[in-house]
Amino acid sequence: MAQFTLNINGTSREVDVDPTTPLLWVLRDHLNLVGTKYGCGIAQCGACTVHVGDVATRSCMLPVSSVGNQNVTTIEGLSETGDHPVQQAWLEADVPQCGYCQAGQIMTATALLKQNPNPSDAEIEMAMNGNICRCGTYVRIKEAIKNAASQS
Amino acid sequence: MTLVKTQYNRRSFLKVSTAAGGGMLIGFNWLMSCTRSDEKPAVAIPNEWFEINGYIKIGDTGMVTLYNPNPEIGQNVMTSMPMIVAEELDVPWDHVIVEQGMLDSDAFKNPQFAGGSLSIMLGWEPLRMAGATGKRMLLEAAAKEWGVSVSDLTASQGIIKETQGTRQIGYGEIASKAVGMEIPEEVALKDPKDFTLIGTPQKNVVGTEIVTGKPLFGLDYQREGMKLAMIVQPPAFGLTPTGFNRDEILAMAGVQDAFMIDTGLESELFGNVNAFPKCIALVGDTTWELMQAKKAVRATYETTGALEDSSMHDRRLQEALAAGEPRDTRRDGDPEAAFAGASKIIERTYTSPFQAHNTLEPMNFFAHVTEGQAELFGPTQTPNALRDLAALLLEMDKEQISVGMTRMGGGFGRRLYTHFGLRAAAISKQAGVPIKLIYTREDDMTNGVYRPAYRSTYKAGLDADNNLVAFSVRGTGLPEGAIFPNRFPAGAVDHYLAENIMSETNISTGAWRAPRSHFTAGAEQSFLDEVAEAAGKDPIDFRLELLSRAASDRVGEQFEYDAERYAGVLKLVREKSGWGTQTPGIYRGVAAYFCHNSYVAEVFDLAMEDGQPKVKKVWCAVDCGIVINPEGAVNMIQGGVVDGIGHAMYSELTFENGAPQQQNFDRYQLIRHLQAPEAIEVFFVESDVAPTGLGEPGLPPAVGAMASALYKATGNRVYHVPFATDKPPLVG
Repeated sequence: MAQFTLNINGTSREVDVDPTTPLLWVLRDHLNLVGTKYGCGIAQCGACTVHVGDVATRSCMLPVSSVGNQNVTTIEGLSETGDHPVQQAWLEADVPQCGYCQAGQIMTATALLKQNPNPSDAEIEMAMNGNICRCGTYVRIKEAIKNAASQS
Repeated sequence: MTLVKTQYNRRSFLKVSTAAGGGMLIGFNWLMSCTRSDEKPAVAIPNEWFEINGYIKIGDTGMVTLYNPNPEIGQNVMTSMPMIVAEELDVPWDHVIVEQGMLDSDAFKNPQFAGGSLSIMLGWEPLRMAGATGKRMLLEAAAKEWGVSVSDLTASQGIIKETQGTRQIGYGEIASKAVGMEIPEEVALKDPKDFTLIGTPQKNVVGTEIVTGKPLFGLDYQREGMKLAMIVQPPAFGLTPTGFNRDEILAMAGVQDAFMIDTGLESELFGNVNAFPKCIALVGDTTWELMQAKKAVRATYETTGALEDSSMHDRRLQEALAAGEPRDTRRDGDPEAAFAGASKIIERTYTSPFQAHNTLEPMNFFAHVTEGQAELFGPTQTPNALRDLAALLLEMDKEQISVGMTRMGGGFGRRLYTHFGLRAAAISKQAGVPIKLIYTREDDMTNGVYRPAYRSTYKAGLDADNNLVAFSVRGTGLPEGAIFPNRFPAGAVDHYLAENIMSETNISTGAWRAPRSHFTAGAEQSFLDEVAEAAGKDPIDFRLELLSRAASDRVGEQFEYDAERYAGVLKLVREKSGWGTQTPGIYRGVAAYFCHNSYVAEVFDLAMEDGQPKVKKVWCAVDCGIVINPEGAVNMIQGGVVDGIGHAMYSELTFENGAPQQQNFDRYQLIRHLQAPEAIEVFFVESDVAPTGLGEPGLPPAVGAMASALYKATGNRVYHVPFATDKPPLVG
């Protein structure tokens, strides 16, 4: 066990955990931030995507010991009430079916738009390719990202 | 207007009336969490709530809570089922908040399960009846209050008015008087032409909670004093654990308990899975510590069954198809003689491997088992089956067991089965604490209840004028063939034969989204495409000719499908897609299929980009009767198309010595953004026929349309799932 001070969603949080614990499980089991999902544990599905700094990162393979003092943003920190333009675009396009992957999809999309405010279809597909949607809402996800881009 | 008998009995109402008592006070914060944050509530937060029946609770301000009775697996019943109640209750949709109901057959009169695309079809009458009963009771309460007759009143959009007077009263103001009123024996239902909510596009009522990451899913479920649990399953079918290094595991950090469980039940009840009764359970504080403990488990196993592998499976399927004894056959005319006399015969064999469900949320369940009762909460498509099997496992009465449903991160049939819920119950009982059992992805993908492997041979005979005079299909699978003897083209061909042959396996299999149809639609529809080509006919015209025969002068006695509705979706997709036009670089395929009581036809436009097929656009025409919520309905069909392409193109589970060779998404490929169609348009046949389901019917035709478009693009027919032999690289 070791003490870590993490910057999560603009707040300093203390945890006492095994240093190898992936950030995902620190968020879910220790900080009660369960919006970040577990899907595969090997960074293949994207359900666990958070921002470390501004970069979309798979939290399921990121040991807490390597986070340091970087700012971590989770779906809960994207906005207080769901009014972030990407979240609004998701609602407008009525994207979710089961909804389980969507937090990860939204975090990847948000990081993409921050880096590239006007992505082409091909750039969207490339950037989003690490996020699986088992229900197959890909067409709506792309529509939502394009709408969010056109509004920023 | 239709009059229907209400299904409520005195017991249903005694229960809710008692619960409603003097009204329930609901906290402000809880309500806000149920209200869309981007909209101000259309009505004020009530001080008191009055339970009208199991589906309906009305607040004193006119806000209405509707309970979704069925499991939500992403098919959006959380929105569509309450819409049906709201229509007949006649309340403004923006006055409604929706809550998930518990398993409660006294409160809910429709079957509470998610399977077979049946929620809407089987819920249609009971939900309308619930809404209409609520409306009638509110009307009677107002009539009594004013000393008039119900026939002097009308109710609409949450307000009751006198037809000949000026008095009016809101549902919220009269709701307290409706509680405990005598239940009407029959109620009037609206004429579908008077619907104001059904048929209008409505957003997912849980949208805001989903995009803000609220705890909705089983994996998010928490309870005071709850521990976590994980399991170590046998690495292969045919192995059973006999022991493990318990002392070493108990010494590990964060491990509170470790033991073997046995959830094997001798029961024929649906949802029971007997392939892997025993496993090792670990109970502890955190997921990561339990994952480490799982890795440290050293178990001993005995071989209790065959250790099967994929080459053995292929051989069994081939042998069964060649020499197996058929059952469930259908025979019209004299197929053997007709084939002997045919001018042209086309015969093709199609196969499909085992596939996993891979809900993105792995299996999990909460259980709290004590001396006299058990509480189970989590993602289940069959809460009823889980309760009944848990009663057998725990040796309790059904009444001692409560089952609650969380939102599910996908179902696809996997959560029809109950073993994960039973395991949670067994672990809680043994550990003596409330626990939440969590599967890893590897636990989920191994020891699954897979989509069976299939093999079918289709044969068609054409006469000298290229008419289809003989048709046969002979199919097998592990364990059964994907044969529907009475589906199209049965009824359209004079000489017809369908044969279903069993083969054996100890790999556990079960329902996977659109069971058997997912394979048969691909095989049959690609085959008909090839037959149409051999006959020199347009593939849509060829099907319409057959359907015309089935409609006007059908062969045989039994049919599952309506030939006119089937033809209707083909004609609609032909019109919408502009079928017959040629675009350079675009290759078109078409397929249509009937299953789960709905009809879907699809046209695919495919291009080759960097040597990979890319679906540019899909047109879908759907006949599911009345469409409840067009927004959700379109989403379901789009998802079915994507799922159909993915599992036709990429996914495969193989076995070696009884062990699945793909255990996570690094080796088991699912369709991703890059492979998804660029656009999917969905059109519905206008209809006033009672609604049928959409969870499954969008998927099967996608397999056939994809196969036919691939052939046009590459010149090669595909016969074996997965079609993509040159798979694109996985994400690193």
